[in-house]
Amino acid sequence: MATVKLTDVGKSYGPVEVLRDINLDVDQGELVVFVGPSGCGKSTLLRMIAGLERITAGTLEIGGQVVNDVPPSQRGIAMVFQSYALYPHMTVRDNMAFGMKIAKKPKDEINRAVENAARMLQLTPFLDRLPKALSGGQRQRVAIGRAIVRDPKVFLFDEPLSNLDAALRVATRIEIAQLKERLADSTMIYVTHDQVEAMTLASRIVVLHGGIIEQVGPPLDLYERPANTFVARFIGSPAMNLFEGKVERVGNATAVRLPGGGIVEVPLPSNGAQPGEKVSLGVRPEDLTVRPDGETIYQGQVSIVEGLGEHTLLYMDRTNDDDAVIAKMPGVQRIERGATVNLNAPPDKLHLFDERGLSYLYR
Amino acid sequence: MNPMVQGLVTIIVGVGGCVGYFYFANMVLDRVLYPASGPNAGANINKANRIRPWLFLLPAIVALGLYLVYPVIGSFYRSLFDRSGFNFIGLGNYSSLIADGEFRMSLRNNLLWILVVPAASTFFGLLAAQLTDRLSWGNIAKSLIFMPMAISFVGASLIWKFVYANNPDIGLINALRALLGADQAVDVLQIPFWNNFFLMFILIWIQTGFAMVILSAALRGIPEETVEAAVLDGANPFQIFFKIKVPQIMGTIVVVWTTITILVLKIFDIVYATTGGNFGTQILPSYMMAYMFRDDGRATAVAFVIMIIVLPVMIWNIVQARKEMR
Repeated sequence: MATVKLTDVGKSYGPVEVLRDINLDVDQGELVVFVGPSGCGKSTLLRMIAGLERITAGTLEIGGQVVNDVPPSQRGIAMVFQSYALYPHMTVRDNMAFGMKIAKKPKDEINRAVENAARMLQLTPFLDRLPKALSGGQRQRVAIGRAIVRDPKVFLFDEPLSNLDAALRVATRIEIAQLKERLADSTMIYVTHDQVEAMTLASRIVVLHGGIIEQVGPPLDLYERPANTFVARFIGSPAMNLFEGKVERVGNATAVRLPGGGIVEVPLPSNGAQPGEKVSLGVRPEDLTVRPDGETIYQGQVSIVEGLGEHTLLYMDRTNDDDAVIAKMPGVQRIERGATVNLNAPPDKLHLFDERGLSYLYR
Repeated sequence: MNPMVQGLVTIIVGVGGCVGYFYFANMVLDRVLYPASGPNAGANINKANRIRPWLFLLPAIVALGLYLVYPVIGSFYRSLFDRSGFNFIGLGNYSSLIADGEFRMSLRNNLLWILVVPAASTFFGLLAAQLTDRLSWGNIAKSLIFMPMAISFVGASLIWKFVYANNPDIGLINALRALLGADQAVDVLQIPFWNNFFLMFILIWIQTGFAMVILSAALRGIPEETVEAAVLDGANPFQIFFKIKVPQIMGTIVVVWTTITILVLKIFDIVYATTGGNFGTQILPSYMMAYMFRDDGRATAVAFVIMIIVLPVMIWNIVQARKEMR
């Protein structure tokens, strides 16, 4: 029942269109993460689902009912804000109870709901404190508790971890994952710009860019089968390396001629591509290996070595543009700065994108 | 001396005096009193640093002592003497004040002013701040409401004297009455008891702008997310205003309220310029004015009463303002 369905949803401020053609089905019990760079419209989309922003095109359904013009409090949603948005003059208990008090629920029912939520989030000792007497992590737990007390059909999270320090962020992320397990039936939509949060929490990720959806899918699908160069470079860190090239031979596999002169066979069908077409060959840094000889995707001089112990990052300056090629090697590598290395990758780890940046996988 | 030269000399002497004072005072402290050398250098530096703040405070303390503390004590001392200033009469001025019916009326009127004006100004200011916030022409409305702040109390009193004038050709109130068919003009400033409120209205008219500006800034300082969270919690606009917004700016409301209260206790011009304290509108400062230069002992006694009334409000005001700044 608690599905969220967006059909051709758009948002414009006067002549400025910030979101368009958003089509998305969120099933009950899913945790869908909206991810994208700043200004991609992900927060706006969440606020439209919440009812804090008007929907200017398309329809939004929650639980099978069109809610475009339903006031926020009656949509059956609860939202956790980046800045917690706790009422500073109310105790933790009153903060969590405010919604139910407004709805004039009976006192014992309110108390039960608040105490349940407090127990779930280990907030019981703090119920009579004011928000200013809590740490950042505790405040965010109160904000989550306030959402739980409302017993919503859909939870909305707007970058809930951005205001926390790094260690607390990891801890709270795990808490949210555990919360999701305990509230298995509830639907959650989560906005973040942090791809680690997206990868670890999401059952499905929605990648937004420039007001449109670039790709929707489970985290590892997006990692292994990105639909275009944007998703390819956005998911995964460091970002995927892209090498410009030209189609050499077509068929069930596509051969690509690289600027260095080498030809690489990519086991992806050409699907109508013509020899001579411009393509981008994508290789993730972690898929690159250093080979003394053999077929080479890229040969370059190492300009920076970052040894992190668990892995080593090699930065190689490209000759034809400013983008550095990055290779991520496991463990400790004895490679000196200035050394010339040949980089290669297993064929099944290669990605191929056409001139418009679309993957050959989806042609 | 040429005024230009005189000004220049003043600036040089003033600024030079300040610089010289700090330079030489610190030099004496560091070189003569606690030199940072010898066997006790470390201890001396600590001692000098403990004294240094007082060097900086000293000029201000002297000035405040001379211009604030001394007058307070001097006034109190003067209030113990009769009109000639030579005969000590103890608290005689105070006991005759209490016995005076006009003083008691002034006290009552002043209490009315304290109750009504700050409450009304703050209320209307808050209302104006909230209502103008979302309007496209809100800033114009705000300027109009704020404008009376720029008018002197005497000027405002004269404007309102015209509004209240006992003549339908001049006074707005009587013009309205005439429009509604009244054939006799009334002088609203002579209606016993209620005339106090007509005078208070002048100050409310002036102070609403002040309250509005401060409260408007405070309202804008409320995090928008708390309002959005309340919207999601199902609060209606009234609940958002009274349960979310007002509690969050309570500190500012108290500061505005007490600031206006202190101002009300000092107000004198409005009564003086409109009724001159007649028709039962006397308040303490204008009552004091009536005795000034005729019986300075008694006038200073009134001044002292006013100060004692203002003091607790002022302390509360400062405490609140400091809390706000944190």
